Amino acid sequence: MIVASRKPLDEIIEIIGDYEKVLIAGCGTCVEVCHAGGEKEVEILASQLRMKFGKEGINKEFLSDTVERQCELEFIEPFLEKAEDLDAILSMACGVGVNFLADRLDSLPVLPALDTTFYGATEEQGVWTEKCSGCGKCILHLTGGICPITRCSKSILNGPCGGSDGGKCEISADVDCAWHLIYERLKALNQLENIQAINPIRDWSTGLDGGPRKMVREDLRL
Amino acid sequence: MKAGSNLEKVLSSGEFAVTAELGPPKSADPQVIIEKGNILKGYVDAVNITDNQTAIVRMASIAAGAIVVKEGIVEPVMQMVTRDRNRIAIQSDILGAAALGIKNCLCLAGDHHSSGNHPSAKNVYDLDSIQLVAMLKAMRDDKVFQCGEEIEEVQPQLFIGAAWTPLADPKEIRVIRLAKKVAAGADFIQTQGVYDVKSFAESMKKACDMGLCEDTYILAGIIPLKSAGMATYMQKSVPGVNVPDEMIKRLKDAGRKRAGAEGRKIAVELIQQLREVEGVRGVHIMAIEWEERVPGIVEKAGLLPRPSL
Repeated sequence: MIVASRKPLDEIIEIIGDYEKVLIAGCGTCVEVCHAGGEKEVEILASQLRMKFGKEGINKEFLSDTVERQCELEFIEPFLEKAEDLDAILSMACGVGVNFLADRLDSLPVLPALDTTFYGATEEQGVWTEKCSGCGKCILHLTGGICPITRCSKSILNGPCGGSDGGKCEISADVDCAWHLIYERLKALNQLENIQAINPIRDWSTGLDGGPRKMVREDLRL
Repeated sequence: MKAGSNLEKVLSSGEFAVTAELGPPKSADPQVIIEKGNILKGYVDAVNITDNQTAIVRMASIAAGAIVVKEGIVEPVMQMVTRDRNRIAIQSDILGAAALGIKNCLCLAGDHHSSGNHPSAKNVYDLDSIQLVAMLKAMRDDKVFQCGEEIEEVQPQLFIGAAWTPLADPKEIRVIRLAKKVAAGADFIQTQGVYDVKSFAESMKKACDMGLCEDTYILAGIIPLKSAGMATYMQKSVPGVNVPDEMIKRLKDAGRKRAGAEGRKIAVELIQQLREVEGVRGVHIMAIEWEERVPGIVEKAGLLPRPSL
């Protein structure tokens, strides 16, 4: 899923600025699962903002609504319908939702309430880890299912580098060396031959380095 | 001859090579390079010029290398890390470096920038060190850029180096990585600092058994210790560096004033021991901000005079 965290309240207040009537828009998929921008978090943020501005005697109105997903047109219709009556939408979706709404609202500001962080998994309650970068050309079959592009701090393809120590990365003793993990995993799978040949220079254009991406499936188009 | 550098001539003639390290200043002052270079002149076959080591901004390795070439002081080994440049910048820099008379290049990934003085920088790592070696070899021998386009006359003639940390874990993969660097085209190897000669010799044996010692020239790394504190730090914090307890004790016993001299004595002993290890074709002395101590170490180790080829 896409993992995100809510911005600090002070930053959100600064982002809201002078807008008076603001819809706090939640998203009920990824960011609900990671407790950043689902229905519950929308109501908490709305209460916090109402209390904060109420206490200071500043007149602002915060509406709240959460849809299933802000990245699909059919779900964001309710927000688009309410747009005319608002000064801004404060989206609690990931960056995809903010962009998707902004693309469709010519004259209404869409503001982010979250910092979108990574594609990750829930390791345990309250702990998420990054696993994929969406690079557009998967090589996980060669690396024992462990992504060097995402989980190696240098994204190197012929690791481990000389900074690996005791299975940990040179950037922090809290970060596992991805290439140490890959080595151990390939050894267990009897696939060490996968890393004996030189992994050639990569074509990064399949990722963001090639510019913003778009996927068209003609077989699915109406 | 692949590049015709002095380092290549020394190594190919069978002489035991000596290289050292020169750290450029955190300023635009060429005098620092000239002074450090002059200290090392006559005592080494070539000098590695570090490339923003530990991700701290310093004068460019290419520029510092060009200064020592122009002044006729000493032959540089330009270090090139893949941390800060993509393939476009690297190839452009390589053409420029060769045009400025630089003939050796050590290919490195570089320390991650999170521990340097610009931790908020954007990460590059378009290539890794092994891919950099392969790219430089293709530029030199196949006369092509990475994209496949032909390089017009004149192609960059570089003696290509790579680093090796034989004692970092997982140890089993370190020889595999060395083999990959050699297969990619590494003409010479400079290792991480060695203190544990016995373990190093075991790794060297594995490398030689694979035929790697014939396919490349391996220079063992020497990092002279200044104090017991430095030795303890290296032991604890530098991956692949194992300083034996008795060495730390020697530095402690020497006392604060004499620890530096003891560290240099240890360096001389290490050089003499490493000379006996099969496959070691030279030493690379990394005296961090201690360049003035290199001549004495080289002299005491019996490595003078340096060959004139």
